[in-house]
Amino acid sequence: MQTLRSLGPILLAAAIYAAITLVVTNSYYQLTLTLVLVWAIFGLSWNILSGYTGLVSFGHAAFFGLGAYATALGQIYFDLSPWVLIPISVVIGGLAGVLIGLPTFRLRGHYFALAMLAYPLALLYVFEWLGYQELTLPIKRETPFAYMQFSDPRMYTMVALVMLLVVVLITRAVERSRFGMALLAIKQNEAAAEAAGINTLYWKLCSIALSGAIAGAVGAFYAVVLLVVTPPSVFGMLVSAQALTVSMFGGIGTVWGPLIGAAVLIPVSEVLHAELGAKIPGIQGVIFGLAIMAVILMAPEGVYWKVRDWWRKRHAPAPAITPTLPEHVVPFSPAPARQRRPVTGPVLLSVKGLSKSFGGLKAVQDVSFDVHEGMILGIIGPNGAGKTTLFNLLNGFLKPDAGEVMLDGKNMVGRRPHELCVAGVGRTFQVMRPFPRMSVRDNVRVGAYVRAASEEEAQRLADDAVARAGLSSVAHKVAAELTTKELRLMELARALAGKPRLLLLDETLAGLGHGEADEVVAVVQRLAREGVTIVIIEHTMQAMVRLVDHFLVLDHGAVLVDGEPEEVTRNPRVIEAYLGKKWGAAHARA
Amino acid sequence: MTSQFVENMLQALAAGILAGAIYGLMCVGLGLIFGVMRVINFAQGDFMMLGMYAAYYLFLSFGIQALFGNVIGPYVAILLATPLLFLFGYFIHKFLISRVTGQRTVQLEGEGHFAQLILTLGVALVLQNGGLIVFGSVLASIRTPLSSSAWELGPFWGDYVSIFVNKSRGIAALFSVVAMVGLWLLIARTRLGKALRASADNPVAATYMGINIDRSYRIAFGLGAAVTAMAGGLLATNYPFHPYIGIEYVIVMYAGVVLGGMGSITGAFWGGMTIGLVQQLSTLVLPTQLQNAAIFVVFLLIIFLRPQGFFGRMVERT
Repeated sequence: MQTLRSLGPILLAAAIYAAITLVVTNSYYQLTLTLVLVWAIFGLSWNILSGYTGLVSFGHAAFFGLGAYATALGQIYFDLSPWVLIPISVVIGGLAGVLIGLPTFRLRGHYFALAMLAYPLALLYVFEWLGYQELTLPIKRETPFAYMQFSDPRMYTMVALVMLLVVVLITRAVERSRFGMALLAIKQNEAAAEAAGINTLYWKLCSIALSGAIAGAVGAFYAVVLLVVTPPSVFGMLVSAQALTVSMFGGIGTVWGPLIGAAVLIPVSEVLHAELGAKIPGIQGVIFGLAIMAVILMAPEGVYWKVRDWWRKRHAPAPAITPTLPEHVVPFSPAPARQRRPVTGPVLLSVKGLSKSFGGLKAVQDVSFDVHEGMILGIIGPNGAGKTTLFNLLNGFLKPDAGEVMLDGKNMVGRRPHELCVAGVGRTFQVMRPFPRMSVRDNVRVGAYVRAASEEEAQRLADDAVARAGLSSVAHKVAAELTTKELRLMELARALAGKPRLLLLDETLAGLGHGEADEVVAVVQRLAREGVTIVIIEHTMQAMVRLVDHFLVLDHGAVLVDGEPEEVTRNPRVIEAYLGKKWGAAHARA
Repeated sequence: MTSQFVENMLQALAAGILAGAIYGLMCVGLGLIFGVMRVINFAQGDFMMLGMYAAYYLFLSFGIQALFGNVIGPYVAILLATPLLFLFGYFIHKFLISRVTGQRTVQLEGEGHFAQLILTLGVALVLQNGGLIVFGSVLASIRTPLSSSAWELGPFWGDYVSIFVNKSRGIAALFSVVAMVGLWLLIARTRLGKALRASADNPVAATYMGINIDRSYRIAFGLGAAVTAMAGGLLATNYPFHPYIGIEYVIVMYAGVVLGGMGSITGAFWGGMTIGLVQQLSTLVLPTQLQNAAIFVVFLLIIFLRPQGFFGRMVERT
């Protein structure tokens, strides 16, 4: 019911658009009405990849053009109808998406954008070379409907409107599912998404396949509408730019963006072209360019977000101040005198001879240790001792040069982070990696998908993890508004939501005040009591002595000492590593 | 192996080096902007187009042709056009680009990359179409008598093989190399160059060291525009051009810069050189229409095999 109601605005807009279509008789304006929808669909297709994952594609014309050429060639050589060819173009677009995505997703940021630029342009030259400089779709006078050749141009607009509605529904379905959450998480922080158990490559491939399929369909339809296909008109850079422009103008990462962008920009450019094009060629380009520049300078994230922020600001109720925080916060009792638990459980994680070098720097050398089930292992060491590198090796961000990481007796070397997450290894980061635009609840939900079969279960796991981390009172806040302590706890909750058996905590106490650190320590202790095995990195020893069952001291990438807390704090080599030779010597004498 | 084949190959090699030198210079201009500021500038090709027309009008309408004649005149015009384009780039950055780059964009989606892209796309549209209005759609060219004469290298291999080097292209290539070396000295040896490199490497740290990074960015943008414009002027002495020519070269430029490795000026030059060589050598085995497709294939191959480019290095931290 709620989904139906939220569809209201879209259906209303579609109805109005259909009504306008029926009234307009001028065939040029009629074509413009069709093209608005074509570019809106193309913008939505671009948005599914670039808007949600943040990987900018300059090359969407590749899919568009393949669809257009498939349709033109199919009709010319095989006498197929567009009713068949458009679905075929969907398949071709989707396949092209996977083929292009597989190698190209190895790249990030600007490199990805530029590599994408090359595909349509290479295709452009190939199609020119093949001799398809200009293809004209054969006119079928006898059976126009079967070949989508309507005498009434309004029919094209109606077909396009139906296509657009389907694509809007798809986009919304994506937006609300784990697919959309995965893409948003990738956009905001790919490493964190991977560590939270999201198979980033898989979801990116899904996204480019879907995006390519839609672009292929709309390219095919474009060929049907215009009846003429040339390489520059479907593979050209301006085609790719069109997708970018309408989406960015309207707003990225929302269904509405491309719709708004196309509805404003396409008519403006067509009208300018019709009215002034003959007298001053190029004037529409100039005005169009100026309009884009003006909007971007005033609303750099697109019109939709600007209007929404403005609207929210005007209509936002005064934030209700809730002073009833304390009851949700984890009841904090000063850490009880540590009951040292005997470290006897079965071995959960066993690290043997792990080494990693960066060039000449031996970041981790020949490190071996065991983690028993239910224990808290503290890894300490001065800055640069190789602690974070060790974690990156343990959860798959880095591949060791040598050594084994055995989880439950299975060697996990070479597995990707999300696979380790599935196997039960959760982690937090030294430099916090929240998904800043998502609420605390959604942030944590991303971590829950790895264990959840359904949306509901994911939400339940997430709420549970939020409560265990003591964050229920801020669950609806956006991550960007949290304090450092809350962010640390949120990362903890996100890792917890995946029900890890082993939790790797990277300097979870860093940057916290004394009281705050105690609160986080209390949460960690409680988790340990609940049966989660924990490995925690710190470079301050204070808080750790109370917390851990066993210490591993690293220095210059190698294990310095491996032992009980009391024993370790008195060890002269540890004191030396921390405080320098002189102090170590003095202490040993005392 | 026939001497004909050797001759063709050497000829293609020479043509590739000559074209590559100009492409290299073009790429260096983009490399400055892309490398220092990490801004994808779609209007770079149109800056080049402006450089072509600036040289063209300076040559024909401002008495340079009369004063220096047809042989030296074009090069004087190119040298004069370069500072004009520096100012153009400088102010484009000051009034437009600076609003979507730098510190203030950190809180934006994708650190403002989306906004930068679309802004420069807007600039490109205005320049192309404005160019069409102002300059007209007729092909223009800067004619020099040198473009119809050549030096003959050789004959080698007895009397069989000799290579012809078009004088105007040869001079343009030399010009490019000299400009490139000058720019390298500027970046490597001067205080300004140090400030630019520091701003590129770590903008925040550069600010703490008292470097005005906004100024560095403006200068980098201006220099980038000027250098590409100079390459454009040199190209204009060999090939006819029109207001939409920018788009044809913007891809070549990005390919070159990525090949060379972002942030490396010399790398960008060799990247452009590679593109020139690939383009010309591919004519030996491929039909001419696929010349440009060959560039993209090589571009993609290198991006996959060595995304940090020939000269770049990649640093990634978790």
